[in-house]
Amino acid sequence: MSSRENILGRIREALQVKAPQPHLQAPLTPTNHPPQGKEWLPDGGESLTESLAILEGQLAKLKTVLVRVPNETLAVEAVKLLSQEKGWKQVAYQGHPLVTPIAQSLACQTWQADADFNKQKLEQCDVSLTSCETIVAQLGSILVSSQTSGGRALSVLPPAHVVIARTSQVVPDLADAIGQIKERYGQKLPSMLSFITGPSRTGDIERILVLGAHGPKELFLVLIDG
Amino acid sequence: MSDPKAIFLKDASVSTADGDQRAFIRKALGGYYVNRDLQKARFRSWEKARDAASMAKWSAVNDLGNQLEKFVGNFEKNGGVVHWAQDAAEAREIILKIAADAKAKAIIKSKCMTSEEIHLNDALAKAGYGVVESDLGEFIQQLRGEAPYHFVFPCMHVKREAISELFTKHLGTAPTNSPEELTMIARRHLRQLYVDADIGISGANFLVAETGQISITENEGNARLTTALPKIHIALAGIEKVVKNLDDLAILLPMLATAGAGQPMTCYNTLYSGPRQKGECDGPEQFHLVLLDNGRTRLLADPEQRDALHCIRCGACLNVCPIFKNIGGLAYGTTYQGPIGSVITPHLRGLKQWNHLSGASSLCGACTDACPVRIDLHHHLLHNRRNAVKTNPTLFDRVFHFGFNFVIQRPKLFAFGGKVFRTTLPLLKKLPLPYLSAWLKTRDLPTPPSQSFRAQWKDQNHE
Amino acid sequence: MRISLFVPCFVDQLTPQVGLATAQVLRRLGHTVEFRSEQTCCGQPSFNSGQWDVAREGARHALKVFRGSEVVVGPSGSCVAMMRNFYPQLFKGQPEEAEANDLAQRTFEFAEFLVKKLGVTDVGTKFSHKVTYHDGCHALRELRLKEEPRQLLRAVKGLELIETEEGESCCGFGGLFSAKFPMISTAMVQVKGGALVRTGAEFVVSSDPSCLLQIGGWLSREGKPIRPLHLSQVLANEAS
Repeated sequence: MSSRENILGRIREALQVKAPQPHLQAPLTPTNHPPQGKEWLPDGGESLTESLAILEGQLAKLKTVLVRVPNETLAVEAVKLLSQEKGWKQVAYQGHPLVTPIAQSLACQTWQADADFNKQKLEQCDVSLTSCETIVAQLGSILVSSQTSGGRALSVLPPAHVVIARTSQVVPDLADAIGQIKERYGQKLPSMLSFITGPSRTGDIERILVLGAHGPKELFLVLIDG
Repeated sequence: MSDPKAIFLKDASVSTADGDQRAFIRKALGGYYVNRDLQKARFRSWEKARDAASMAKWSAVNDLGNQLEKFVGNFEKNGGVVHWAQDAAEAREIILKIAADAKAKAIIKSKCMTSEEIHLNDALAKAGYGVVESDLGEFIQQLRGEAPYHFVFPCMHVKREAISELFTKHLGTAPTNSPEELTMIARRHLRQLYVDADIGISGANFLVAETGQISITENEGNARLTTALPKIHIALAGIEKVVKNLDDLAILLPMLATAGAGQPMTCYNTLYSGPRQKGECDGPEQFHLVLLDNGRTRLLADPEQRDALHCIRCGACLNVCPIFKNIGGLAYGTTYQGPIGSVITPHLRGLKQWNHLSGASSLCGACTDACPVRIDLHHHLLHNRRNAVKTNPTLFDRVFHFGFNFVIQRPKLFAFGGKVFRTTLPLLKKLPLPYLSAWLKTRDLPTPPSQSFRAQWKDQNHE
Repeated sequence: MRISLFVPCFVDQLTPQVGLATAQVLRRLGHTVEFRSEQTCCGQPSFNSGQWDVAREGARHALKVFRGSEVVVGPSGSCVAMMRNFYPQLFKGQPEEAEANDLAQRTFEFAEFLVKKLGVTDVGTKFSHKVTYHDGCHALRELRLKEEPRQLLRAVKGLELIETEEGESCCGFGGLFSAKFPMISTAMVQVKGGALVRTGAEFVVSSDPSCLLQIGGWLSREGKPIRPLHLSQVLANEAS
């Protein structure tokens, strides 16, 4: 018998005897909106205004820098300013209607990483510019994917990451984000979906917080109204 | 000395005598308590969220066979390759074969406790591969040649000065006392290793049956890099990691972060379904998953303790455990430390050798209250103790308890025995008696009254 | 109400004043208190050591002793938790199952009985001292009692209640654990005892006499100024 058959056989034998349900504080009330229990998680807001307010609070605590702009023209200006302030020289970006115009307006070396991927070259870049799938107000998370955010490495290898998105991409909570993904992709999911919640960090040395352990030290979210 | 209990007693004696180290651990956890409570307060009901989380794991674990098959079907549909391993040796062989077939040289690893469980690094190193741990804590522990101290905070016991010395010795860097600078040293050292590695090895926090994705939770970004840059990604996971669907993760991911690290979410929560797909610019060409049993089905076969397989390895039970905080993680001698380790290790490695961990608990229950998936941890320690008596009774204990219960069923004998104990206590204190001497080494007993309660009651109430 | 007193075995032999104070408070509130002198021990030491078959014999004796009692009140969260939570497990599938479940339902911890069953928080006592309160783990986590003893203490005239750091930390007693793993148990009481001393209180009050044995034993050995006192002893200190 194969190991697979052996293990599955042992599982089926083990489960012949039922285990009691966990001791719950209260019986869960069945809900039409899965997952069961999501109403007990942190609030994500009832309206876009509420969600945006929650999001701003979360991002601040997570040390994600939020830049809110009314339109795309001002998004270009905002990233230009950032780029000057930070002294970025080499910029890797994802080819995307929201991102490309911004990247190409910068007075530095720019490279569309997803068109001609090279990990060695990406390692040398100062910053990456990408779009994202969705932003989760409840947690301050930004969902990127291998299909819509320039692959797997672009959003994590350079020391800074700038995400360009619209306020319409903000959803209240994690369950909403998951629902959107299922609707958008059905059975053909991107090979990687990553919820990014703040810049990379570690507390491994004496439990003291240090940003930029391996991923970006700085994370910017440029949020365009609409 | 190879008896785990004897080693445990010796190591725990050494670590509990080190007051500075114990204070260091308490201080290191101070920030965690504050942040955990802040994040818990954001939940509209933490307790009810715990109910939902425990039900999510309960429903998957109690349907494990079907959920695993569903998961594997979807995982393979997505282009991944699944390998089943009944024990540690088989898991090591599978991974060595993948590495040999790929003619790999360099391997980068992100944090994976299951790989500690199967002693993977030793096997890979023996076979000639260069293996580097990329999680900062694991990297430090690898350089120290020491097992993780805590399965979420691997080097929480190491002071910055020691880390600085370690880096000077192994990496040739200048000494520094800044945690930030030390972190940057590791960052700079590891970056090229991600780029050069042929294989990335990761763990998995969840296996999503509905979609065939694996979910990895981390803060540093090292798992993201480990699974993005090398040509081959191998993930290693216990069979109990399966959850039914993505919706369950909407509950479990925030709870894992809050209970484990006092965060709303950890920095990177990533779902992987297969290797690089058409239209994607990067990612591994091969994606392997090794599913490990290694004693888990034995635990599954015990319905009383089956909920221990609900564990999401957040480490919350360690962080509140007074035993862990005083003896430290290394004294356990196990892959999984703290209350959950004391519960499951006897199932994974044998009750006879590992039941002492269940005994080494005051049963205070802080772990059970901290567990986000409501594992009945401290009661399982009681269950292990009972099971050990059934399978491996020790003569002294049997005689002691038989004697004790013989006395307590006979009130006159009990009263007489009590009187003898009280009146001879000054003498007894001088004798090397079991239990009493151990107590008196560090603590006094109250001066015994001349009359017991029952005698005084009888006098006062003329009964 | 006719209350049957349940006096833990070590209270009977080592700290009888706790049992007497418990009876005194209950009588002052107008209740009839009986002590069934056939009682000995609840059997917890053997139960916690995994010797369930032996423990069941001892526990069977306790079932017999309290047969026919109206309510059973004990000044110990730990022993009450044994009867309330663990007797039903111990006797599951045994002939005494129903009786064990029944006893579990009418056995109460002292503070719990006063506050939740009698609805009393002020027993009319004065105790002009600074005290800190130690939650026994069994009272706190098995019986879910946290506010009840504090409500009683806050109503005591002249009493100043100071909370400690390490408020929910175990004292390290754990029954035979304290003697089987003395180094761990001692490390735990060092942490707990240190926090208690730092409050500057004169007394550490608890509703668990077993914790007080551990904490008091360590404080005494270390020559610390703070003294252990059972909740019933504070409440029995009649207002003058």
